[in-house]
Amino acid sequence: MSETATATKEKEKDLLQPIYDDPGVMKGLEKLDEATIERVINQTLEAEGGARLKILVETCVHCGLCSDACHFFMSHDRDPKYAPVGKVKQTIWEMLRKKGKVSKEFLMRAVQVAHTECNLCRRCVQYCPFGIDTAHLISLTRRICHKLGITPQYIQDTAHSHSATYNQMWVKEDEWTDSLFWQEDESRDEIPNMRIPLEKEGADIYYSVIAPEPKFRTQLIYQAAVIMHEAGADWTMSSLPGWDNSDMCMFTGDLEMMGRLKRRHFEDAMRLKVKRIVMGECGHAFRSIYDTGNRWDAWESMPVTIQHSVDFFEELLRLGKIKVKTKIQEKVTIHDPCNIIRGRGLQEKLRTVVHAFCDNVVEMYPNKEHNYCCSAGGGVINCGPPHKNTRIVGNSVKADQLRETGASIVVAPCHNCHGGIEDIIHANHLGMELKFLGDIIYEHMEKPDAI
Amino acid sequence: MHDLYAFLVGPLMWAVAIVFIGGLVWRFVAITRLARKKDPYVMHYLKAKWTLRSWGAWLIPYYPRSMRMHPWVTFFGFLFHIGVILVPIFLLAHILMWEEGALGISLWTMPEWLADVLTVCVLAGCVFFAARRMTVNEVKYVTDWTDFALLVVIALPFLTGILAHYQIFNYKFMIIFHILAGQAALVIVPFSRIGHMIYGPMVRAYLGSEFGGVRHTKDW
Ligand code: SF4
Ligand code: SF4
Repeated sequence: MSETATATKEKEKDLLQPIYDDPGVMKGLEKLDEATIERVINQTLEAEGGARLKILVETCVHCGLCSDACHFFMSHDRDPKYAPVGKVKQTIWEMLRKKGKVSKEFLMRAVQVAHTECNLCRRCVQYCPFGIDTAHLISLTRRICHKLGITPQYIQDTAHSHSATYNQMWVKEDEWTDSLFWQEDESRDEIPNMRIPLEKEGADIYYSVIAPEPKFRTQLIYQAAVIMHEAGADWTMSSLPGWDNSDMCMFTGDLEMMGRLKRRHFEDAMRLKVKRIVMGECGHAFRSIYDTGNRWDAWESMPVTIQHSVDFFEELLRLGKIKVKTKIQEKVTIHDPCNIIRGRGLQEKLRTVVHAFCDNVVEMYPNKEHNYCCSAGGGVINCGPPHKNTRIVGNSVKADQLRETGASIVVAPCHNCHGGIEDIIHANHLGMELKFLGDIIYEHMEKPDAI
Repeated sequence: MHDLYAFLVGPLMWAVAIVFIGGLVWRFVAITRLARKKDPYVMHYLKAKWTLRSWGAWLIPYYPRSMRMHPWVTFFGFLFHIGVILVPIFLLAHILMWEEGALGISLWTMPEWLADVLTVCVLAGCVFFAARRMTVNEVKYVTDWTDFALLVVIALPFLTGILAHYQIFNYKFMIIFHILAGQAALVIVPFSRIGHMIYGPMVRAYLGSEFGGVRHTKDW
């Protein structure tokens, strides 16, 4: 074997390494045989590929112009394996070309590409002259992996939690309400008359969060409650399953479960006869409620209006319901979460809120709808520790962007972005502090009811 | 010789035109029907306003960020496509053929110098794209022989056309070769990735509608 061929083989092995640590993939592969692989792939492509698959694959002229869009590609010295179209080549193209007759080695790489090397951030879509939705093709690959039973272990666990409990974190019903009572109790020290209303029928706002909030970041619920209280909002939370707006099933390709989750969420809001759903600072959950899950449920339009908290906070400021008391003087930069910026155009509202509370804002470039993804979204961070380095190494461009701002605070109104950027900050010793909008507003707003 | 020529620009041209136009129409109809059947939401989200916005943005040279990041691809891309579309339709020799032939219609013709310039642009574009396929890593990685074959299919009619026009080599041979190459290209279009002339605007229409109507953001 020639030297370069050996080097390439070594590199391939390197690329495959993390997957070996993933029992979800490896155990799943053990159970598969060639006939099943072929049948499942062909059935899925045939039944669900539809016109979109056909037109996307047949229109692509292999020009590679999408490559520069992808942070993985940029962070890996322009390695074509990480280019969006390169990822499609390693997944769907091959499945189509071989009519489903692909090997387990191929699948091992395909899972890795689809689940850990693409954040479904849809940035590449904006850079393709035709607007080919590579993220859609990668999602389709994940759907096939789901049907083959080779989804990475950690994210599969959260999908199981969704099916068993209707929330992402195996939070039991009493634990959920307990957490809310606990936060309400805590708040009495600061704001004696504060309540976290539960099950209030006919309220204006149904406030929903992702399950990691009660589990790990309970202070966010506290802060949101304070903001709601001080703004005089007529709001409620739910005590029943449906309170969690998150959705890992959307990312694993378990679309049936995704549809059930979103239906439960909307139906719970309808049960309480609220006027709108306001959701916490999370990007993927917004995508699932606003853009994906609702379509699976085939609703003509949203049965209940849905509002992301960035939008909501901007509204509170605009209507004078909350007022700025102090402003942050340190240098602050803004990270634009893909799912609410490229996914909902909230970039200007996000800036309005940040500028209201911060005097010294520096932008990252490119920003707004051209932002680079945090590399945690799209379910990648949820694939867990075996794949942590893939996303950190795969996003050195974000580290460079952050470093160049010279900011000491990064505002990112999204849970996934927080997870991802936190890791990037640590790995690159950037020494920056990460904040949600809720953190800033809670700390710097006027609180007339506080003692 | 004359018989052969008459056959090529007569009956064969008709057959080619039917395959070309019929093929494109068939592709359009087939994909639309499939979309209606299997992806009904595509039809639901498709909106004229956002479609036009998206088409418009991508038709302005150097307006989308992607185009600015790749100035040379944009440069050659535009000239190449302008040439590929305009020359075959408006070239004097072609128009004469339309007029004298069965159609009997008369169209505006482009000055010869312009046709020459555009033909050179198309050929330069082919060379540029081929070179890019061989040298730029991310393009090389997703390139196979069909990508080169398509460039040859496009380049041949233009190359033979300009050679015939300036009577380089044997004119008679060259003009026959030119007609056949042109016809081959037309026949291949609907059945190859050159079908992006139909699919490309369709993909962009849908995507533009998603970005404009659902995601409230720009797709360029
Ligand atoms: S990570 Fe984003 S830019 Fe890269 S391929 Fe996936 S969707 Fe495209
Ligand atoms: S930019 Fe679009 S057409 Fe070009 S390779 Fe990427 S997906 Fe294909």
